[in-house]
Amino acid sequence: MRSSKHTGRKAVLSTPPSPTLPKARTGIQGLDEITGGGLPAGRPTLVCGSAGCGKTMLATEFLVRGAMEFGEPGVFMMFEENAAELTANVRSLGFDLEKLAEQKKIVLDHVHIERSEIEETGEYDLEGLFIRLGHAIDTIGAKRVVLDTVEALFAGLPNHAILRAELRRLFRWLKDRGMTAVITGEKGEGNAITRYGLEEYVADCVIVLDNRVAGQISTRRLRVLKYRGSAHGSNEYPFLIGDRGFSVLPITSLKLDHHASEERIPTGIARLDEMLGGKGIYRGSSVLVSGSPGTGKSSIGAKFAETTCRRGERALLFAYEESAAQIVRNMRSIGVDLEPWLKKGLLQIHASRPTLHGLEHHLVMMHETVRAFLPSVVVIDPISNLTMERDEAEVKPTLMRLIDFLKQEQITSLFTSLTTGGTATTASEDSQVGVSSLMDVWLLLRNSENNGERNRTIYVLKARGMAHSNQVREFVLTDAGIDLVDVYLGSDRVLTGTARVAQLAQERAAAELRNQDHERKLRQLASKRKAIEAQIAALQAEAESEAAEVNFSIAQETMQEKIAQQNADAMAQLRGGAKPVKTAAKATK
Amino acid sequence: MKNTTPAFELRLYVAGQTAKSITAFANLKRICETHLAGQYRIEVIDLMKTPQLAAGDQIIAVPTLVRRLPEPIKKIIGDLSNVERVLVGLNVQPVTA
Repeated sequence: MRSSKHTGRKAVLSTPPSPTLPKARTGIQGLDEITGGGLPAGRPTLVCGSAGCGKTMLATEFLVRGAMEFGEPGVFMMFEENAAELTANVRSLGFDLEKLAEQKKIVLDHVHIERSEIEETGEYDLEGLFIRLGHAIDTIGAKRVVLDTVEALFAGLPNHAILRAELRRLFRWLKDRGMTAVITGEKGEGNAITRYGLEEYVADCVIVLDNRVAGQISTRRLRVLKYRGSAHGSNEYPFLIGDRGFSVLPITSLKLDHHASEERIPTGIARLDEMLGGKGIYRGSSVLVSGSPGTGKSSIGAKFAETTCRRGERALLFAYEESAAQIVRNMRSIGVDLEPWLKKGLLQIHASRPTLHGLEHHLVMMHETVRAFLPSVVVIDPISNLTMERDEAEVKPTLMRLIDFLKQEQITSLFTSLTTGGTATTASEDSQVGVSSLMDVWLLLRNSENNGERNRTIYVLKARGMAHSNQVREFVLTDAGIDLVDVYLGSDRVLTGTARVAQLAQERAAAELRNQDHERKLRQLASKRKAIEAQIAALQAEAESEAAEVNFSIAQETMQEKIAQQNADAMAQLRGGAKPVKTAAKATK
Repeated sequence: MKNTTPAFELRLYVAGQTAKSITAFANLKRICETHLAGQYRIEVIDLMKTPQLAAGDQIIAVPTLVRRLPEPIKKIIGDLSNVERVLVGLNVQPVTA
């Protein structure tokens, strides 16, 4: 009676997107995305897998989330663990079953059958189980039921014919009562989905869990084998059971529809931004920094994170080579101090060994951490460690999921990647072809070795959607920080490091020499000019003295003539006959 | 004291007045009268009326006969049509009379 009252409410609560088949949200991260909204509401779902692959966890979380988040109380009928054990097991995930039971949100019922206690004679049915379940459902008005693992009955009850008939009836009964049920089942031998063929009875939805070990690393995977009346993702999805429960790596890569921001954010290295069209990278884009060992990949990553924090945004650094303390110390040596940001809570460093989990597990953890911290920048240093010993075919889709997820969230990501090939010039590019197509910006760091030293060079291999420099720059790490320096572009070669410095010094010396030469020439010119000027002055003086001499002689002659005239005049006066003398004097004038 | 607490304390769990439960009760009554005369007490529990009692004795199947005393607890499921098996289940020596 109670259940029918709830049916209407559930249709509203748990089936927002699907117009065809009502679905009950599990609240499990990623699972609702894969199934397009959750498990079929009011129908049983079979969750099967081998031992230890998380069937019970999935079932528990389905029930707990239902009770806590979707207002759907549930009954957990367990056939293997008892209530105390289960409560203890899931407490680590933050689920308090005891409290939920007290609040009448869930009922835990442990069905225990001891084969040795039981004798069988004559006909019977499992009405007792039905009554128990029915009673539990009615007590709290349950909408969800978990049977974990109903197959245990096969071990307890010898008459399998009766049992099968009764199980069929049970699932039918659950359906009739409108219970969204999760029934777990052990994986069978060979290709059998379940050991006792439960899939025959539970035909609406089958989810297969799997725990596979490859290269000593185990990965849990989930697959929706069947979902009657609904589209569903048919791939295998990695999942993990983490601190916050079960989570399936959600696939956002089904669609490429993320928003593309016009905003540019700086990388923290001014000259690098300059190379990237002068403004840095687009927000929400992905950057690959690849290079051989010791080319400064991590430094770029750390600098980027620090710059982000400086802007007051959050940065998340996943480190797979160094511990957090080591990174802080090492980065301080190049003038990048991460500690204040760590203390302020703007920066988080998650350091772990890549071999700790499989790639998928790492990625799921990254998802969780990103979800919890909500950073604007994520740095992963390096991805190449994560992808160790993996086929590219396997790695690429997984990374794609991560990148798509980050893009969807408008988180700018920087991945460093160690390339094999050392100083070789082409190997670095080839070894990254797989993941590079996922990246928007690809910076290549390279060691160039000559003159007995190695120098770092950097260039922008690609940068989608922005004008970028095609130049090789020298990448310099100093106490004061990271800088890019123009390399020496000589007539026939590119010089870096001391060769560049030497070449520049040489050029400076040559320039200095030329300078001095010019000055000398100018001085010479000046003294020549002075000499000429002196000559000019001397000649002028000569001319003047000559002119003066000429004038003097002229004056002298004039004077002599005058005196002679006067003498003549005086003589004429003395002689008395003035007239003829006057004429003579006039004539001489 | 011996009269108030008989050696065999039996509980028969049934679910409503079905053919199976009626058969089971009739069978049980007969077996007890034959083999355990005066030493037993039968309590019939109808789970339809008191479903909350099902969990206590871990009842799944009905009818289920539970031997609560003497310990250990024994369970016999089914309509108790096979006398020998019931006796084995109850761990009772058949009275050959």
